[in-house]
Amino acid sequence: MNNICGLSAYQLKELIGKNNIKAVDIASSIVRRHDEVDGRISGFVNFDKDAVIDRALCLDNLADMHDRGLALFKVPVVLKDNICVNGELTTCASGILQGFRPPYDATVAARLKSAGALLLGKSNMDEFAFGSSCETSYYGPTKNPYDLQRIPGGSSGGSAALVASDQTMLALGSDTGGSIRQPAALCGVVGLKPTYGRVSRYGLIAFGSSLDQPGPITKDVRDCAILLNVIAGHDKLDSTSADVPVPDYVQSLSGGVKGMRIGLPKEYFTQGLDSGIKVKIDAAISVYKSLGAIFKQISLPHTEYAVSVYYIIGCSEASSNLARFDGMQYGYRYQSPDGRCGLIEMCMRTRGKALGLEAKRRIILGTYSLSSGYYDAYYLKACKVRALIKSDFDKAFNECDMILTPTTPTPAFKIGEKIKDPLSMYLSDIFTIPSNLAGIPAISLPCGYSENGLPIGMQLMAGHFEEEKLLRAAYSYEQNASWNKVKPVL
Amino acid sequence: MDDIKYATTIGLEIHLQISTRTKAFCSCENSFGREPNTSVCPVCLGMPGSLPVLNKEYLQRAIKTALALNCQIVGRMKFDRKNYFYPDLPKNYQISQYAMPLSRGGFLEIMTPAGIKRVGITRVHMEEDAGKLIHDEGGCFSLIDLNRAGAPLLEIVSEPDIFSPDEAHLYLRTLKSVLEYLDVSDCNMEQGSLRCDANISLMPAGKKGLGAKVELKNMNSFRAIRQALEYEQERQARVLSSGGVIIQQTRLWNEKKKITELMRTKEEAHDYRYFPDPDLNDFIIEQSMVRAIEGLLPEMPQVKMNRFIKEYSLSEYDARVLTADKHMADFMEQSVKLYPKPKVVANWLIGSIQAYLNERNMEFSQLHIGPGRLVEMIRLIDSGALSNNMAKDILQVMLLSGKSAGDIVKEKDLFQITDKSAIAALAVDVLQSNPKVKDDYLSGKKNALGFLVGQLMKKSQGKANPVAAGQALKALLEGKS
Repeated sequence: MNNICGLSAYQLKELIGKNNIKAVDIASSIVRRHDEVDGRISGFVNFDKDAVIDRALCLDNLADMHDRGLALFKVPVVLKDNICVNGELTTCASGILQGFRPPYDATVAARLKSAGALLLGKSNMDEFAFGSSCETSYYGPTKNPYDLQRIPGGSSGGSAALVASDQTMLALGSDTGGSIRQPAALCGVVGLKPTYGRVSRYGLIAFGSSLDQPGPITKDVRDCAILLNVIAGHDKLDSTSADVPVPDYVQSLSGGVKGMRIGLPKEYFTQGLDSGIKVKIDAAISVYKSLGAIFKQISLPHTEYAVSVYYIIGCSEASSNLARFDGMQYGYRYQSPDGRCGLIEMCMRTRGKALGLEAKRRIILGTYSLSSGYYDAYYLKACKVRALIKSDFDKAFNECDMILTPTTPTPAFKIGEKIKDPLSMYLSDIFTIPSNLAGIPAISLPCGYSENGLPIGMQLMAGHFEEEKLLRAAYSYEQNASWNKVKPVL
Repeated sequence: MDDIKYATTIGLEIHLQISTRTKAFCSCENSFGREPNTSVCPVCLGMPGSLPVLNKEYLQRAIKTALALNCQIVGRMKFDRKNYFYPDLPKNYQISQYAMPLSRGGFLEIMTPAGIKRVGITRVHMEEDAGKLIHDEGGCFSLIDLNRAGAPLLEIVSEPDIFSPDEAHLYLRTLKSVLEYLDVSDCNMEQGSLRCDANISLMPAGKKGLGAKVELKNMNSFRAIRQALEYEQERQARVLSSGGVIIQQTRLWNEKKKITELMRTKEEAHDYRYFPDPDLNDFIIEQSMVRAIEGLLPEMPQVKMNRFIKEYSLSEYDARVLTADKHMADFMEQSVKLYPKPKVVANWLIGSIQAYLNERNMEFSQLHIGPGRLVEMIRLIDSGALSNNMAKDILQVMLLSGKSAGDIVKEKDLFQITDKSAIAALAVDVLQSNPKVKDDYLSGKKNALGFLVGQLMKKSQGKANPVAAGQALKALLEGKS
């Protein structure tokens, strides 16, 4: 049964259909796999074996009654630690949320439960999703399954590493500036950031509310469509979720790319792009050409401002979103040794002690750019440039159906390599940030390996609510390239 | 300081709790007086990951209020976050409106001794309320009740068009009257459903521009607002006349000492870092919705007053007093339906009933009796069973107890004596014990009759019908019986 873990969600579903495998057997396999490899990877921050087995037993008891039609019945899923699950530890990998168990489900968690999924636990991340390497986690970094000396990417690095190391079939991440796609690329798996508003943010602990989107991290493109089917759709609890009909994304996989016009933005192929990555992207372009796609040089002229705009808007929103972590209601609270501590001291020491360095940096940055006298020069200016970046994409999609770029400028870097240099860390997301600013969907999928065996990802971007197009093009490539069959040696 | 005159400028900021079924951005019950922290949920507790969703009823009531204050409703509005740390604010920011509020540019007309005056309304905007802190008397701890957190508020900001504490008071009375007509809020200052901050500045009379603004907080009644403004007006005049300078500041009204005290100066003011709340989209407000709400607006005090003048043939004064308070106006209309002599009803309302309320510092809405009771009493007068004076006394008992006039009369055996023989017997008695007055009358001092009637009334303990008493005495005196 151990080879169950190597299956995709789709394959597992087929097997369950054929052999009626019990959820508890699936859970046992996962637990064995976890024991075997997670000591080296540290993808989970909360994995309670007994609870997983109990949940599996519950699913098995349900089985007789109504398993039919449940899209993810018995399929293991991991949630990033910033997604609330009723009664389960949800800490955003931060010291300040230690012990926090929300009394409510995030909408995505509720939908997974209704779909019969087997929830495994919480995956590691950068604290409050502030980072591109998982190194800012309160629990310490997750390691890249392809090279344990290297980072898995971030912030959803735990989810990507767990999928890549066969410790789960499916995972949810969240993407504010690339936090799904960059780790997916660096761990050799598929990651989709849906259109802003496609998936409910209710219960996703906010970083940059106008940028955040939960989304799937999976072993292949079909699984990505299966998971998106479950989590997408309007939610009354999230005013920013869109009331746009949800198509069947699995149905939309077939159809190919013949005649599809794919744009190559010149701004993405100059900025310090790793030559190994360039080679793999060129190879992918050739595959698409052979499948009948038409390529076209395009320009997204405001790309160079994206990182600056992103850090101003994201940090501004974060500075306000994180204000609620003050030790009053939940999580960590500073206790003075003599037990006497005034309100202001309690609040300041709580935040001072329990928030990490990067969180503090972003809170200070955001507070500054919203301050009176600086608001116009920073926050407001950034919002204006954001509108220009959005219109770059609108114009581009008049000329082409889709845009293809590398997901990251380099493959996975070494743990410790960039953590002391925030600016170079911020540039890890240079290719993924623009789609968050524009609110458009983007997918990252494996397109090969570097000379030293590190995964390389390519990114496809399309217009608002055109996830079908992205999934079809990604699936079409995957069918011809089969990088999804490559596994890390652990 | 007597030789320099100062012109006072006042602007008022009202925070009004809107009575809706649920809170502004979640589905918790919006009610006053529940057990602490029982009307709360992840959203109004500001739990991580929770998101606000605007209550449509709140929006509709906000539009209704803004329309009644003659404001322009915008086509597109936004919510902003006002960021500051305070333990009664679970998210440490308040969802409010800053750059693109619901409405701007309205006015309220007030009736000053010099005539009708229009006070500009800068804006009416929507925002959520904070929770309540209860501080330990010993200063050891504070308790937080978040039932009120996330309750819907409207902020109503006036232009600096108010030139005296009296005008401020008048503005508030008029505003409250309008709000009560709209039935959007309890408007109860003691319970905090209506709160008011005031800005006041002084300039030497005749000079242009505005002096440094002083914000006054912590006034818990309309009277306190007037007192605080009067105090502050005098204080600032004193400072300025003695060559001092007023700097922009916030002061707190001390109700016990009847003075204002410095809270903070401009330098210590918060930087609220307002920015658009990314959790709430821009709201498009359809003109069709605004028109529909406009169509449902109740009759406003001014309009009702004119109708009372016309339909009930009342004086402008009577009509104004009756319509200033919606509850009184409703009482009037219902009474007239039962008893179609408006002037009679109006006299009772404006006279005895208003006096009773004023003496006790009560609101009309706190009245114990309804229109049916008043009309029953008036009918007893008409039937001759009660004299006007008896009715006045009985009305006091009615107002205190809520009982009907008939019951009170029965209980106290107060029916007017109309029996002619009984009155005649009393008249004989009175004439016998007042021979001198009798002679006065007979010698031509006809007004002596009034004294004799009074004596008879006294003898009957007020129960004799005064008209019948007069007739009986006259008959005896003039030898007609």
